[in-house]
Amino acid sequence: MRTICFYFQVHQPFRLKPYRFFDIGEDHHYWDDFLNRNVIRKVAQKCYLPMNSLLLDLIHQYKGKFKVAFSLSGTFLDQMEAYAPDVLESFQKLVATGHVELLNETYTHSLASLKSKEEFHGLVKKHQDRIKELFNGYTPKVFRNTELIYSDQIGAMVSELGYEAVLTEGAKHVLGWKSPNYVYSNAIEPKLKVLLKNFLLSDDIAFRFSNKTWADYPLTTEKFVKWINAIPKEEQVLNLFMDYETFGEHQWAETGIFEFMRHLPEAVLKHSNFSFSTPSEVASAVPAVSKIHVPIPISWADEERDLTAWLGNDMQDEAFDRLYELEKAVKKIDDPEIKRDWGYLQTSDHFYYMCTKFFSDGSVHEYFSPYDTPYDAFINYMNVLSDFILRVKQKTAEMQDQAEAIK
Amino acid sequence: MKVLMFGWEFPPHISGGLGTACYGLVKGLNHHNQEVIFVVPKLWGDEEPLADFVNASDVRIDYREKRFKKFWKNLTYLEVSSFLVPYLGPEEFKKFTDYAVHDRTDVDESIFSNKFEFSGKYGKNLMEEVSRYALVAAQIARDKNNFDIIHAHDWLAFPAGIAAKEISGKPLVVHVHATEYDRSGESVNQPVYDIERAGMHAADHIVAVSQLTKNILVRKYGVPASKVTVLHNAVLDASIIKSEYEKKVPEKIVTFLGRITFQKGPEYFVEAAKKVIDRDPNVRFVMAGSGDLLNRMIDRVAELRMATRFHFTGFLKGDDVDHMYAISDVYVMPSVSEPFGIAPLEAVRHNTPVIISKQSGVAEVLRNAIKVDFWDVDAMADAIFALLHYEGISRMFKELGSEELKKLKWEHVAAKLVTVYEKTLAERS
Repeated sequence: MRTICFYFQVHQPFRLKPYRFFDIGEDHHYWDDFLNRNVIRKVAQKCYLPMNSLLLDLIHQYKGKFKVAFSLSGTFLDQMEAYAPDVLESFQKLVATGHVELLNETYTHSLASLKSKEEFHGLVKKHQDRIKELFNGYTPKVFRNTELIYSDQIGAMVSELGYEAVLTEGAKHVLGWKSPNYVYSNAIEPKLKVLLKNFLLSDDIAFRFSNKTWADYPLTTEKFVKWINAIPKEEQVLNLFMDYETFGEHQWAETGIFEFMRHLPEAVLKHSNFSFSTPSEVASAVPAVSKIHVPIPISWADEERDLTAWLGNDMQDEAFDRLYELEKAVKKIDDPEIKRDWGYLQTSDHFYYMCTKFFSDGSVHEYFSPYDTPYDAFINYMNVLSDFILRVKQKTAEMQDQAEAIK
Repeated sequence: MKVLMFGWEFPPHISGGLGTACYGLVKGLNHHNQEVIFVVPKLWGDEEPLADFVNASDVRIDYREKRFKKFWKNLTYLEVSSFLVPYLGPEEFKKFTDYAVHDRTDVDESIFSNKFEFSGKYGKNLMEEVSRYALVAAQIARDKNNFDIIHAHDWLAFPAGIAAKEISGKPLVVHVHATEYDRSGESVNQPVYDIERAGMHAADHIVAVSQLTKNILVRKYGVPASKVTVLHNAVLDASIIKSEYEKKVPEKIVTFLGRITFQKGPEYFVEAAKKVIDRDPNVRFVMAGSGDLLNRMIDRVAELRMATRFHFTGFLKGDDVDHMYAISDVYVMPSVSEPFGIAPLEAVRHNTPVIISKQSGVAEVLRNAIKVDFWDVDAMADAIFALLHYEGISRMFKELGSEELKKLKWEHVAAKLVTVYEKTLAERS
């Protein structure tokens, strides 16, 4: 069996509003509702709605021979419910066909896996519950961590939660001479399978598709099928992982990306011996060739494929440490608003905006950031966090008073 | 007495402290019944009628006048090399990049037209405007011959003062509010320095805003000390400001408010903050303003892991400035070199105790403030801690500060200025 496994990441963060020093202690609403709504609506028109309807057509047309997987972050689910119920409905329709698989991740697209197992498990559980609630009792079997961040340790934490497989990047520095087109297993818990992204072929679609200076421009389905036919026979699985916004948002409709996807299944099924599978199908059908050792966390971001997009400079480390210092105190507080903000403040994007790698992947960071500079991002985040700390302190004090009153 | 005064800006259209100081001075001279002809590159029409205002943009130059030849030549020369960029603060820099009114390439038209529309800002054609301004000054000096003395404020107006003196033969007083050394440290912009020096040497007498500035003039510009009189600035309004604005956080607030540039010494404030926070975490530090060192300060604060205790507000406008003073428990001005520095007086008006560096002119007049060397972060931290914790000293500063302000009046400054004028005229005859 040779097969292509498509997985699309759908995520939108709750972006912070411009929050000034003078607001600390007074204004406890941190989110830029107007901007967030606008982004969701814009991307819905350009990507989610047209692409969902295209995928639905293809699934009907090939009667289940074409299939894909999604991971929908919790912050995306919340915003979709609030600003784009039409998009939610179209995702529900896709899942109802039985040929679309959903994956689990941390509810708020957080970096908790690097800091706290307890928080990590809590956020995964919350995502499970929410998927169950919105998609008719659906229970995912495969896990993908925020930004495909993965290490042996993180794999072990995922396995503990009962998942069959986990997705991550086929990072060059981890694979060495090995190919990403096999199924591997976690180095600590061998029963957990590890699916690796083939970043060359994935990025041909996600990043290079409309690049006119690329030697292989324009990318056609014939060309793509020729390439996959050139993959050595014994390599079984081709994992094409990408942001869902690739379709219509990063690559505009005018580039022909929708036409490419409309005709890709036909070209693959007719002119190659590849089929399409979802991650859980791959995990149960294909045996692992060996363990893969990932002692230091990897991700799918930037040239380095490491954590430096979110952590590493002083601003990011300071913000990250100050945030997670609050974990214990927040756990004890039973207040839905504090719990919600605590989750949303963990979203990895806030730390991504503070990245100062101006020279390597700076332009990509800039594209996604609502701020002019990483310094602005840091100031704004810290102002919000300072207010949040005050709230946590206040609540904790109130609770202590109550406890003493009961005594 | 009638004074022909050359400035660069006048309230309400100002971008720095120079306009405010000119305003105070003219008001003070008015109080003593002195007449002032005040020339600015551009008048907006809504200036308070304190003087006989002349809009340089309206003055027609008589290009047949042979005596102007020298100034024309200067202009032709500058037109060719007008890429010179003087020191600019962040706010001026924005204007500098936005501004393109005089982006002309047509040399003929801009040089030989007999009227010139000044921007009156700190744009990239600043040098051309400065020489144009001198030409206008020559014309004014020729047309109005009813003044007794010429007074030029800062280097932008020095060429104008020199030209007016040469045409009219009247004595010239130049007023130094800041020098190139204050603005740029040791890496001075040579053409600006040259103009400053030429102005000081052409002048019959020099006024400096502080002893500190006077020392720089003597040391760096080769001016004899006897030629310089120190006239400290004053405040327009000495009343105490009672703000309704309330602090929203429980902690005490220590504030730095100003441009975040080399001259203002922001890094010493950051290091002192760290020392205080290590001792007492229940304090918030605020750095208000923007400038070319802002990002470096943010990095340092993150590196010192105190970003939940040390906040940045960016550039503050309007009411926010008052609010910031109002909620501050201590105001710190750690300037490396400050000719005068009016901000601490604003803080005193808000009843906020102040810490100022010994390297600021204001330290010469403000007695009820803690003075430290800008580089002595231990002393600075010590002073901050004391003002936050020992009620007695901050209460004393609050009480005495307002008394002190009452002494800093522009009338007093103007009275001294009149004696400077009289002495200069007497020396002439």
